[in-house]
Amino acid sequence: MKLLDISNLSVKFSGKRTVHAINNVSLSMEQGETLALLGESGSGKSVTLKALLGLLPPKRTQIDGQVHVNGTDVLGLKGKALQKYRGGEVSMVFQEPALALDPVYTVGHQIAESVMRHKGIDKANAMATALDMLDRVRIPSANRRLHNYPHELSGGMRQRVMIALALACKPKLLLADEPTTALDATVQIQILLLLRELQKEFGMGVIFVTHDIGVAVEISERVAVMYAGQIAEEGTTREIIRDPRHPYTQGLLAANLHDVARGARLNAIPGAPPALESKPDSCAFAPRCPVAMPECRAALPPVFEPGPRRRVACLRANEPIAAE
Amino acid sequence: MSVTDYTPTIDTGGPAQPLLTVNHLRKYFPVRGGILGRTQAQVQAVDGVSFAVAKGETLGIVGESGCGKSTTAKLLIGLTEKDAGEIIFDGHALGERLSLKDLRRSVQMVFQDSYATLNPRMTILASVAFGARVQGLEDPEGLARKMMDRVGLDPNRFAHRYPHELSGGQRQRVNIARALAMSPRLVVLDEAVSALDKSVEAQVLNLLSDLRAEFGLTYIFISHDLNVVRYISDRILVMYLGEVVEIAPVDSIWQEQAHPYTRSLFSAMPSMDPDNRTQTPPLAGDPPNPIDPPKGCRFHTRCRFASDVCKAKTPSLAGLARNQAHQVACHLYDSTSGHPQAGQGIPA
Amino acid sequence: MALSETPVEIAAEPAPVASPQGYWSGVGARLLRDPLTMICLGVVALLILSAVFAPWLGLADPYKGSMIARLKPIGTEGHILGTDEQGRDMLARLIYGGRLTLFIGLTPVVLAFFIGGALGVVAGYVGGFVNTIIMRTVDVFFAFPSVLLAIAISGALGAGIVNSLVSLTIVFIPPITRVAEAVTSGVRALDYIDAARATGANALTVIRVHVIGNVLSPIFVYATSLTSVCMILAAGLSFLGIGVRPPEPEWGLMLNTLRSAIYVNPWLSALPGVMIFITSLCLNLLSDGLRSAMNVRD
Repeated sequence: MKLLDISNLSVKFSGKRTVHAINNVSLSMEQGETLALLGESGSGKSVTLKALLGLLPPKRTQIDGQVHVNGTDVLGLKGKALQKYRGGEVSMVFQEPALALDPVYTVGHQIAESVMRHKGIDKANAMATALDMLDRVRIPSANRRLHNYPHELSGGMRQRVMIALALACKPKLLLADEPTTALDATVQIQILLLLRELQKEFGMGVIFVTHDIGVAVEISERVAVMYAGQIAEEGTTREIIRDPRHPYTQGLLAANLHDVARGARLNAIPGAPPALESKPDSCAFAPRCPVAMPECRAALPPVFEPGPRRRVACLRANEPIAAE
Repeated sequence: MSVTDYTPTIDTGGPAQPLLTVNHLRKYFPVRGGILGRTQAQVQAVDGVSFAVAKGETLGIVGESGCGKSTTAKLLIGLTEKDAGEIIFDGHALGERLSLKDLRRSVQMVFQDSYATLNPRMTILASVAFGARVQGLEDPEGLARKMMDRVGLDPNRFAHRYPHELSGGQRQRVNIARALAMSPRLVVLDEAVSALDKSVEAQVLNLLSDLRAEFGLTYIFISHDLNVVRYISDRILVMYLGEVVEIAPVDSIWQEQAHPYTRSLFSAMPSMDPDNRTQTPPLAGDPPNPIDPPKGCRFHTRCRFASDVCKAKTPSLAGLARNQAHQVACHLYDSTSGHPQAGQGIPA
Repeated sequence: MALSETPVEIAAEPAPVASPQGYWSGVGARLLRDPLTMICLGVVALLILSAVFAPWLGLADPYKGSMIARLKPIGTEGHILGTDEQGRDMLARLIYGGRLTLFIGLTPVVLAFFIGGALGVVAGYVGGFVNTIIMRTVDVFFAFPSVLLAIAISGALGAGIVNSLVSLTIVFIPPITRVAEAVTSGVRALDYIDAARATGANALTVIRVHVIGNVLSPIFVYATSLTSVCMILAAGLSFLGIGVRPPEPEWGLMLNTLRSAIYVNPWLSALPGVMIFITSLCLNLLSDGLRSAMNVRD
């Protein structure tokens, strides 16, 4: 059974302004895979995560399509079943652990609470699990830290606690929403390596949302590049880095400045992403694309599949090298 | 904007004199507590920082949160009052032959958060013209329009808009225009591109390079992103817990980081190579709290090469044997320091 | 020099949505689209206009009583809203009463808005020692309930309109100062204040150009919400006999004198209270409407 199967998911927010945040996204994951959702602000990567957790506000949101996690129809879940699913089957690590942890409870209490609720075990056992989890996220002197409040911990430590909390109920799928963006470089790499180890240890699937292509390389086996609420390109990390086919992916790689000559003029992608007030009916990247053709502005681009589980939504993807 | 509209203050010392010299800059922030609000501890935000920036040069400052890089920036233009130290602009010391207002005519700053730095109730034109008006320059609005045009914002379209109607990239262009409308000679860019999306960041970096060449600007470029700093800077200054640990030309430091902290910072960069991913983190734990920094070398608590002398004695900046322009504050490089591996540098 | 490059990069960015217009015309446009606020504005305007132009409205003399026409019910021929305990025309007294009531109800808030606003902005912007002095003094006044404080000051100064104004102004300075201080120190911490200081502008310029504009609307909205409280307090002072003195028509005072008739003619006795209720309700809703209309974003 597939761990994750999203088919034709569309999310539209209506309110003062209409935003077509996600447009016909299909995505699948096998058990135990690590997938990076790469994109800039407004690309729909965080909304995808929220849809997976059933966190979108039902009043202003119109959701179409199917989302299955381990065979469960997520969009159909309600009440108790939804609560059981969140935190049990799927859990999430947020960008700001300082905001996601409850300041009035000790970290041990918070982890134990979650375990008790989902596993129905008693307090003593739950605390033992909490201690074990703090050990597993490599928190030194975990016994003492169990009784600390979140504000007594450093940023990196808090993010470890957040991960312990998310993994306490052994989820099949871990969602990570830019969990290292707020951290310093030397702490970020520690958390990335920790997540990589824990993923192997627990055998879970991970969806890692990030805007930083370097982070995606460190954490994931596969990458899906999102733009304007659509998937522009998908493939293994190696394929995306070594052989990017979509002009947007190529632009993002160039903008990383990893191997740009000092002072040389940067090949910047012009303009800014679209506001998505209407559903894209042609290639959403065409207005910024250096190699766009009239056809790109006429209709949605076809999806090419150069290899197994590899796809590129670009008219010129099958040309040998699309970039100039 | 043509070069004739750009009216910086007159170069007094000639090209050999540094545009900005900072000597032993210090700033401690009191941590108050208790009912009486007495000072209970001090955050040693910036402690004994010295450096010089040559005319036309771009100095990059890197370091992690709490290292004092943003405080340094604010001290440079007097937004935060310094406790001690000297700021000398083109030969004139601040507070002696140079008033704060005059300094601010020549030194401008661009901040990280493009939205928070613009008054939400003021039009773009009013924001850009404000500084020029304060400094008594002629025709501030005309100047503002020209500068907006120069940074790529059509004044006819954008002059009367409000900040919330602009994208992040456009707002950061406004901030740059505002800084440049006063014809400064030195621009302090404090994480100026960090909040932007990668694709927009490249556009703004291109703009900054163009402006630097066109107006002969000197930059102090503060960032946590080493790739960006390498791209734009001539020299890099590395800070750790309020102190300068290393300062060197970009090529030299990129080739070999002398200080153990700098080396860790560089190894923490993502590898960008899916076949050769980072396997072990270069450092464990978070940076220590600047409220009560370690004695001696402040990095000794996390340093693999620390010995007793590092806990006792604070190392001072000195040039490397292979390149005097490459300075490092580490006992490993000082043959008289008393460190077991003194004078040998980081073991291979 | 790639001068041509930047405009090209910009060209593809989406055009901003709003049309160029001034801040206040934007506020006005948003107010016009809010029917409830417009109704309240209409009611308040009607009350103020009728109070101002009372002598020209052809009303009965509000001071002239009649021993034989006392406590006539609502709907009496010649006295649409009846007569009070001294036989004076209620309609005339209610409308003439609006003059004093609104004057005493609004003036202290206006005065307190300027005084408290200035104190709060200075305390919030300068901070440190100045802040401590201003805010601790304000705290002393806060220790007393506002009703008690107003009564105490009025009692000490003696009855009369001017003394009521003074005491109510003193009562409303502390809360406005506190709100102004909180809003100002919030704004003071924002980056655009730093950016403005970095241009070399002095504190006065920064306050005038950057602080006032951004703190004005929250303070103004808060002050508007106080007008209803102030009106009720002013009426309360008159009711207790330490505000306006008889035979002046004033809603609070009328409520007091008609109290004895509550069993004889309850509807009539309630009329001044109804006026106070309608006015304060409208002022409150008006301040809510202003709050949302003054919000720049969205």
